[in-house]
Amino acid sequence: MNFTRRETLALGVGAAALTVLPFRVHAAADEAIAAFTGGAEVGEGGIELTAPEIAENGNTVPIGVSAPGAVAITVLATGNPTPGVVTFNFGAGAASQAASTRIRLAGTQDVVAIAKMADGSFVQAASTIKVTIGGCGG
Amino acid sequence: MISRRDFLQVSMAASAMVGASGFGNWSRLAAQQSLTQDDLLQFDTYGNVSLIHITDIHAQLKPIYFREPEINLGVGEANGHVPHITGADFRKLYGIADGSPSAYALTYNDFTSLAQTYGRVGGMDRVSTVINAIRADRPDALLLDGGDTWHGSYTCHQTQGQDVVNVMNALKPDAMTFHWEFTLGSDRVNEIVEGLPFAALGQNIFDAEWDEPAELFKPYKFFERGGVKIAVIGQAFPYMPIANPRWMFPEYSFGIREENMQAMVDEVRGMGAELVVMLSHNGFDVDKKMAGRVQGLDVILSGHTHDALPEPVLVGETIVVASGSNGKFVSRVDLDVRDGKMMGFRTKLIPIFSDVITPDPVITKLIDEQRAPYINELTEVIGKSDSLLYRRGNFNGTWDDLICEALIQERDADISMSPGVRWGPSILPGQDITREDIWNVTSMSYGEAYRTEMTGEFIHVILEDVADNLFNTDPYYQQGGDMVRIGGMGYKIDISKPQGSRISDMTLLKTGEKIDAAKTYQVAGWASVNEGTEGPMIWDVVESYIRKQGTVSVAPHENVKVSGV
Repeated sequence: MNFTRRETLALGVGAAALTVLPFRVHAAADEAIAAFTGGAEVGEGGIELTAPEIAENGNTVPIGVSAPGAVAITVLATGNPTPGVVTFNFGAGAASQAASTRIRLAGTQDVVAIAKMADGSFVQAASTIKVTIGGCGG
Repeated sequence: MISRRDFLQVSMAASAMVGASGFGNWSRLAAQQSLTQDDLLQFDTYGNVSLIHITDIHAQLKPIYFREPEINLGVGEANGHVPHITGADFRKLYGIADGSPSAYALTYNDFTSLAQTYGRVGGMDRVSTVINAIRADRPDALLLDGGDTWHGSYTCHQTQGQDVVNVMNALKPDAMTFHWEFTLGSDRVNEIVEGLPFAALGQNIFDAEWDEPAELFKPYKFFERGGVKIAVIGQAFPYMPIANPRWMFPEYSFGIREENMQAMVDEVRGMGAELVVMLSHNGFDVDKKMAGRVQGLDVILSGHTHDALPEPVLVGETIVVASGSNGKFVSRVDLDVRDGKMMGFRTKLIPIFSDVITPDPVITKLIDEQRAPYINELTEVIGKSDSLLYRRGNFNGTWDDLICEALIQERDADISMSPGVRWGPSILPGQDITREDIWNVTSMSYGEAYRTEMTGEFIHVILEDVADNLFNTDPYYQQGGDMVRIGGMGYKIDISKPQGSRISDMTLLKTGEKIDAAKTYQVAGWASVNEGTEGPMIWDVVESYIRKQGTVSVAPHENVKVSGV
């Protein structure tokens, strides 16, 4: 795809415009999940992932994770070429098992957070974050 | 517990006023005789709290015509439910007679003849009369403005919103939330908000850098009315930086922020709120979803999607009230709040028939003062219309067809695009088109009409992207606009499909050829959200086109074929 500057200026977010269609989950995401969990079963509940439904800026999307009692939480952008975003480790003295950061998304995709609990079990939460051209609000 | 049977005491203003009658048979005078201000305002005061809701005025200070949509499709759970019911189905649902004042106010059919019968709607001096009448019944009624107020007209653009601010301040609102106001730019918005004599609310207005609540906009405000502790929580339009140019207000972040809304409800309940009202610019489907997920909301006053509903929609124990747009309606919501609980409600959607409601002379004078410096520019006749010009509807309107044709002709393009906004009054056949009329459907702070090259593939991506903002089955992913309008090109859309496979059969109308994904086309459009967009202003493009035409005729367009409904 060759885009002139004028074309990319015309509408939307320029370079991201051609990548707004939903991304498939990369095989790399499955591998990253397996690496974190060691293949153990992953349950639901006990973890909260706070994320916008539609990104205001796909280059810097604020997200937050919270999982009381977790020893580690990993965050994966399943549609990014490199899905691994961050892993937060919580020591015994941690006041709370919550963290927030900003992530970069290549396009619309599911972001997954997985917590490793103190008993060695795993729980996850996922959220679809849309990256859009926008521009036609009523 | 509130059951619909026990407590639903709604009344639609106009439906009882005029019995069944053939439409178009009455002279204007006869219609006015049967429709009186007393009928419009009749309301048996109920309970101990009154809310007055007005929203999406879009700077329409003077009476206008406004045709409601013919096509307003709902997807997923919204399919087949209000507000996604129009025309005859809508009248049947609410028991509205064909040709009645309510039919004119709430549906699109026979719009031209009914408009000639019943006249214009809106006007902030008429709205003032209605507000004063409600305040005469209930002096401590709360007046709540749902936003999209300081945008949408010639004078609003020239004064950067000051004309509307002056008029609205005279109506003495108690609180307001926001959307298009931010397109004035954050410096100007901050300047106005700092001087507002009422609360500027938005629990979802955050500082973009720190992702913390913005200092200038409070999440909620407490009022004590009728012995009831009322908390009004603001919810600004969630997708401001996406639907509108982010670069104009880079310090601010928005979003739905449902978890923070719940936290705010819990906080105000903890502080003793007996009634929790959400003053919202979410759009109706988003409000309905939020009503079902956030616990503890009693009333949602819904704005953004411009829906006018004669009865509130109940979601659990929350009532969702939708009050239309462009100054065409005011909602009165009377509530019985006892023992810290909403026990019942009575509502009325009051249509502002401009020829029936006596204007408040104080506000008329104030409005005219705002317009006086610009009156020659406003009233200059540019041309005339042979056709009904309107905008509302999911896919196209004749106003947008005209704008798209103007872009193709004046900018020498193959294809043109016009944003799917929902504001903009209508013009009747035979009516002069003034400069004010053109600005009413084009005015904005980023009105540059660009001309650029796009590949067929890129055009497809744009259509798919906008379609998903409208037809995503999860309301939280909808932005509340209509489909981008297209000139010079036809396409098919299956609204039931997922993003990427809704749009097909894109055809260049002038040749009848299929759009080639790899080929480059000349595209003209306006309202780009990108900084640095260059081109003449859209209102100048449209004015030049109409001037050349003299009288414009716009045949109904059938370039979009819709399926999957």
